[in-house]
Amino acid sequence: MNASVQHESKTHQAVLRVQGISKSFGDNHVLKDISFDMQKGEVVSLLGPSGCGKSTLLRCINWLEIPDAGHIRLNSERMGYAVNGTKVGDAQLSKMRSKIGMVFQHFALWPHMTVLENVMASPLHVQKRNRKEVEQEARAVLKRVGLEDKINMLPSRLSGGQKQRVGIARALAMKPDILLFDEPTSALDPMLVGEVLEVMRDLAAEGSTMVIVTHEMKFARQVSSRIIFMDSGHIIENRSPEEFFDNPQTDKAKTFLHSVQYK
Amino acid sequence: MNLSDFQIIYDERDSVITGIQTTLSLVLVSGLASVLFGLILTPLFFSKVGWVRGSIEWLCSAMRCSPFLLFVYVIYFGLPSYGINFDKYTSGLVAMIVYHSAYMAIIFRSAWVDIPAEILEAGTAYGFRGATLIRRIIGPLLLMRAIPMVGNQWIQIVKDSAYLGIISVFDITAAFNSIQSIYFNPFVCFIVAGLLYWVFCLLIELIVNLVARYARERIA
Ligand SMILES: Nc1ncnc2c1ncn2[C@@H]1O[C@H](COP(=O)(O)OP(=O)(O)O)[C@@H](O)[C@H]1O
Ligand SMILES: [Mg+2]
Repeated sequence: MNASVQHESKTHQAVLRVQGISKSFGDNHVLKDISFDMQKGEVVSLLGPSGCGKSTLLRCINWLEIPDAGHIRLNSERMGYAVNGTKVGDAQLSKMRSKIGMVFQHFALWPHMTVLENVMASPLHVQKRNRKEVEQEARAVLKRVGLEDKINMLPSRLSGGQKQRVGIARALAMKPDILLFDEPTSALDPMLVGEVLEVMRDLAAEGSTMVIVTHEMKFARQVSSRIIFMDSGHIIENRSPEEFFDNPQTDKAKTFLHSVQYK
Repeated sequence: MNLSDFQIIYDERDSVITGIQTTLSLVLVSGLASVLFGLILTPLFFSKVGWVRGSIEWLCSAMRCSPFLLFVYVIYFGLPSYGINFDKYTSGLVAMIVYHSAYMAIIFRSAWVDIPAEILEAGTAYGFRGATLIRRIIGPLLLMRAIPMVGNQWIQIVKDSAYLGIISVFDITAAFNSIQSIYFNPFVCFIVAGLLYWVFCLLIELIVNLVARYARERIA
């Protein structure tokens, strides 16, 4: 009974809470008091002109970049800190990070590992799960992204679209609570963008919680439950895709949509 | 130079073979040991502890800038006054290993620095850290990236081994030196010795090229 109560309360709890995040590099104030919440199954597209701090925000969420102020909470656990408020060590941080799947613009696959090894690496060596089980699941996620016939290949032998699908499979294999995508199709030939977006669309439909930085406006409109628009380190719009695209409130957003040629 | 000079070398083949065996064992052992110790030393360059980083920087710098011959003298003639006595062969081997480990560590450090930051960052983002990060991601990548430079260093090891005749290690150079001092045929003796070293280096290049081909599609 206790368990069901707990479950009940969890469904109302944000998966991710970003609370007052600020980050500077020297004099460059990149993030200024950023706050937003994400519920389970929500898909948020993070839009904004180049240099406005989108990547830095994603990197703060999984503590690759340590914010100067503010909190990140993942399922109410505070990133980088223990319950008693002290900073956690590397071991605990590594455990927290493995609950967040990150997909990189330039794939960042480990080039010395085969496709299957890339996908198995973190579950096996970080989460230290059983090899047989990990391999089974890795094969299943690779099938899900349509790469079951490339399992033993090295990343250098794959096309950009295939590499990025491995990147997504690698993220899924950790069974993360949330997926972060930093311009996952920006480094791809236009021909190869579709296959990656299709995988992401499936993930969204299956209820994955995702933050997506992208310049694919049509896609963002279709899959997102919410659009967050950033400009020079601030969130200036945080609304439904229909509202944002059809009726942007700020001049910055209007200029931005115009510049990416969203009609 | 005539055929009989080569006949002499053939007649003295026992010392030639001993010389080859000595050089071969020196090169093999110090070649592999220096890679191993180099790998063990390299993470110290990236230690979070300032004095650890400082010490390894200074040690390797001092080692790299001291002439090998001088270093051999220190081991063979210098250490006994502190009660540390090695025989000739061991002195030579220790000198080779220590000296070239410093070089290898420097080689591996630069290979480490050259690994694309994004690849390492992906490691961190996926929870790898410390020894696991080094063992699973940094180590294999820096080893494969360093292969051409390690090959060059192995060739340097082959050539440095010829200095050890000075402390009477009976290697290839020493063997041919002793033959020519008896038969007065230095030209042929040293040419043949040179050819033997060349064969050694060709073998190393062959192996390095094979391994490099394996590594090429696995490094970025
Ligand atoms: N590691 C860093 N050191 C210094 N400046 C950085 C660093 N990372 C990002 N920046 C700066 O922060 C700003 C925002 O960068 P970024 O988050 O990459 O923007 P976006 O992803 O929205 O294009 C830029 O001005 C960039 O130069
Ligand atoms: Mg960016």
